[in-house]
Amino acid sequence: MALKRKDILGLRDMTQEEIVKILDTAETMKHILKQNNKKTPHLQGKSIVNLFYENSTRTRLSFELASKYMSASSANISASSSSVAKGESLIDTCRTIERMGADVIVIRHPMSGAAHIAARHVNTSIINAGDGMNEHPTQALLDLFTIRETKDTIEGLKVAIIGDIYHSRVARSNIWGLSKMGAKVAVAGPSTLLPIELDKTGTKVYQSVEEAVDGADVVMVLRLQKERQQKGLLPSLREYSQIYGLNMERLKLAKKDVLLLHPGPINRGVEITSDVADGIHSQIQEQVTNGVAVRMALLYLITRQRGQHDASLY
Amino acid sequence: MLLCISNGNIINGKGGVFLGKDILIEKDRIVEIGTNLSKKVHRVIDATDMWVIPGLIDAHCHLREPGFEYKEDIVSGTRSAAAGGFTSVACMPNTEPAIDNAAMVQYIKLKSASEGKVRVYPIAAITQGRKGKHITEMGEMKKAGAVALSDDGDPVSDANVMRLALEYAKQFGLLIISHCEDKSLVADGVMNEGYVSTILGLKGITRAAEEVMVARDVILSEITGAPIHIAHVSTAGAVDIIRHAKSRGIPVTCETAPHYFSATDEWVENYDTNAKVNPPLRTQRDVEAIKEGLRDGTIDIIATDHAPHHIDEKEVEFNLAANGISGFETAFSLSYTHLVDTGLLSLEELVAKLSTTPAQILGIPGGVLDIGLPADITIVDTKREYIVNRDKFYSKGKNTPFHGKKLKGKVIYTIVGGKVVYDKEVLT
Repeated sequence: MALKRKDILGLRDMTQEEIVKILDTAETMKHILKQNNKKTPHLQGKSIVNLFYENSTRTRLSFELASKYMSASSANISASSSSVAKGESLIDTCRTIERMGADVIVIRHPMSGAAHIAARHVNTSIINAGDGMNEHPTQALLDLFTIRETKDTIEGLKVAIIGDIYHSRVARSNIWGLSKMGAKVAVAGPSTLLPIELDKTGTKVYQSVEEAVDGADVVMVLRLQKERQQKGLLPSLREYSQIYGLNMERLKLAKKDVLLLHPGPINRGVEITSDVADGIHSQIQEQVTNGVAVRMALLYLITRQRGQHDASLY
Repeated sequence: MLLCISNGNIINGKGGVFLGKDILIEKDRIVEIGTNLSKKVHRVIDATDMWVIPGLIDAHCHLREPGFEYKEDIVSGTRSAAAGGFTSVACMPNTEPAIDNAAMVQYIKLKSASEGKVRVYPIAAITQGRKGKHITEMGEMKKAGAVALSDDGDPVSDANVMRLALEYAKQFGLLIISHCEDKSLVADGVMNEGYVSTILGLKGITRAAEEVMVARDVILSEITGAPIHIAHVSTAGAVDIIRHAKSRGIPVTCETAPHYFSATDEWVENYDTNAKVNPPLRTQRDVEAIKEGLRDGTIDIIATDHAPHHIDEKEVEFNLAANGISGFETAFSLSYTHLVDTGLLSLEELVAKLSTTPAQILGIPGGVLDIGLPADITIVDTKREYIVNRDKFYSKGKNTPFHGKKLKGKVIYTIVGGKVVYDKEVLT
């Protein structure tokens, strides 16, 4: 079975069945990753282009390795070293890539909705690798995968997301994905970094980390961009780490077998202390491995249906 | 040349409604209103079952000339206005260069007199270069034909500059039209701040950005005694502030635009840049408050804020997209559909908001049908339903979120100074 969609733009418009399908496929892919010979023919003859308007280590490299492990032709473009720097528009850039035969364009962009706009203008599949503050669906899928792998199920779990929710595409994708999978989501962070009316999504919004973490099965800590302090949304990083940073004392309020996640890269000593990040509850390193498996699954599922599209579907 | 509009239902803009009457026009003026006037004339327009109303008057539009002719120009903009039933439009000075001196005002007057399909009244800038620092030569611009002053598109952020502008403009009887937007509160927001901005991950613009400056400006109006007109009111809070100011006798008037009672921030769903406008589309609660403001008279008029843009400025990332909606050609139908057909306003009240009162606020002719007055007339079919098709717009700007929407009430004829410029839904 393939996914009945052209693009992966976010988890907000994805069904539970689709998410389960992706996670199941990623399990198979993870087995491949553990083999001595990691080369498979799943994407033979397919072409994947990574179009990155923002810097990235994990997402970009995991997409590239996922493509290569599955025998696709892959290429990377970064905005600073392409015609984007000459002022070429997003739509023109995507059309150009499409006409070179790309089956999938993986887009990372600093503005919300960029992947959606690209998807409307090309027939090539678009995978959103992070658009502004909106969504980072492949990150949330790897988080869901890691939770399911560790806890066997997602349904009924209490998941606390801590930090800068307002600017976080990771938080938004996780809120959609977790709630679709039946988890209860709680968030906490300073009021200046909480989006308005978030409770309407069914998310519990707390001002204190302690309340959000209390009894949690999973705690997810978000990276705090240092520029938030420069923009005046926070008085100081010191106060942030004092009041909102996750330390061992706060983590103890969660369940004994709590799972700790962080999308990376980590600001040690700001949003999380090193003893927590490197402690026994942390699966931060495993998240990275799972990121490759999930992206292999997505590339496989999205390219498998190529040629079978009915143009009228999109 | 004798023209007869025959058997129409007439709203004259001064309280009179006459069913099944004729209007006789000789050259550019109305010469008779009565029955059986269609004999021995050169042309008869059969207005049976249609409404014959004073030509619509738009107190707020952007014709983009000079400087942005790729978006719109006086020719295309006034053609679009004519197709929308407007016989007079007041254009904003955020051109390049800005209309901030008498020569520029005269240029717009001359250019539009020779090329325009409808009457064009220039609104001049409040501050030089629209930079918000030094007030313009208001006296000379008034003499040259400016009907009002506005830095529309940008606010006058400095409160003292606004105060001085109000005091200075008052002595010439020039109205200041204020674009209320506190830029520090907007920060880098791109849509209304609310649930929709949260789920789309777009930075929100708090309603306070509009309301703080509306409050400031009505206070400055009270202090100076100078009249002020608040442009494009979009929030429930702004309506409340203006209602309160009016109750205290402050000389404030205001307008809203059709999109603020016809659409909400939910229209931004899927990052539709055609729904990106400034001030942003708000929530249903605001829509209801705008409608109530129109009903109880707090909101005096409806202006289009016609803001045409090139497609290349809309087919981009949402953050980068230009603000604005191409509004002339949907204004009457949106107003009729959402205000009259729903029973909120009578057609006569709508005519007041779209014609009679804008003429009074700007101090320009029009808004009334009577013997001896210029024949600026719009004929509408209020039973007619149709689907908006932006590809048929006469405006260069196809940027509308209403494409494909079914609306009721359509402009069929537009007559400017006795000349039929929009004739049975075709531009002449």
